[in-house]
Amino acid sequence: MALLKKKGRTEPEIPTSSMADIAFLLLIFFLVTTTIDVDTGIGMVLPPKLEEDVEPPPIKERNVLKILVNETGMVLLEDKPSAADQVRGEVKKHVLNNGQDIAYSEAPNKALVSIKTARQTPYNNYVEVLDEVWMAYFEMWDSEARALGYSDYTSYVEAIEINGAENQIRDKIKPAISIAEPDAAAG
Amino acid sequence: MSGHFKKKATTKQEIPTASLPDIIFMLLIFFMVTTVLREQTVQVRTLLPQAEAITKIDQKRLVSYIWIGPRKLDAVRIGETMVQIDDALVEDVTNVRTIMYRKLVEQPRLIVSLRVDQESEMGTVLDVQQELREAGTLRINYSTKRLVRT
Repeated sequence: MALLKKKGRTEPEIPTSSMADIAFLLLIFFLVTTTIDVDTGIGMVLPPKLEEDVEPPPIKERNVLKILVNETGMVLLEDKPSAADQVRGEVKKHVLNNGQDIAYSEAPNKALVSIKTARQTPYNNYVEVLDEVWMAYFEMWDSEARALGYSDYTSYVEAIEINGAENQIRDKIKPAISIAEPDAAAG
Repeated sequence: MSGHFKKKATTKQEIPTASLPDIIFMLLIFFMVTTVLREQTVQVRTLLPQAEAITKIDQKRLVSYIWIGPRKLDAVRIGETMVQIDDALVEDVTNVRTIMYRKLVEQPRLIVSLRVDQESEMGTVLDVQQELREAGTLRINYSTKRLVRT
């Protein structure tokens, strides 16, 4: 009964003047945090257009790891048939050879990986091989970063971005991937 | 003169603020409904391949897309492989050069994202790449999905 008596007093009101600000805050929060469909992919830089009278720089045969992906998606590694998942190991061996094996590269910064396809090669197979080559580089960078005391390459990159230092790992093992033109006979 | 001042109203002169949030919400909803994210209708099928060694492109405004894939004829059937830039199919691949060169002039740090169907043949991709080299748009990106191991 005591509760009933209390009725009729001033009605409790929620202050509504700040509601607009709350709505604005919400709006701004969503504006800032929304990102629409971020594109992911494998980044590459194409070689610049060749000048007519300039000869391409000579490259020693041993420094190039030749990968050919044929019409049916089969992989030839240095003219030997192999599976796509062998590419990663071969690339690592090739880049980190440091002149030991005569068949592989002289030094990591001289090593070059050449991917050649036929015109009929399915895009999927090409991306698969390209991905393996990039993964080889990522794994090499990871182990380099671990040697420097970081947990992986990503944390190394984050650390040097704060310091503004040079990316020594990428300078040491520079990714050199060339996309060769298919042979005229194949096209 | 003084008589006029006496007329001052005794009631509080306040704008009612209770409906302000509703007005803001109405604005918000109006813009949400009317905004059309500039989206191109892709006339070719692009089932993207999957890859592991992928990076994100954060600067979306630098990116320009090129779609390569079999043309969608209707819901089921697909035709021959075509190249699409912006809203139009490119009939002649050599036109890619002029289109991309113009884009490069507008945005010197242009990244070209190639959204290629996984079943397309490399021939078309290589032709487009050759045109990109001629145009000078050298930063490219093979658009892929994150590899999901089954």
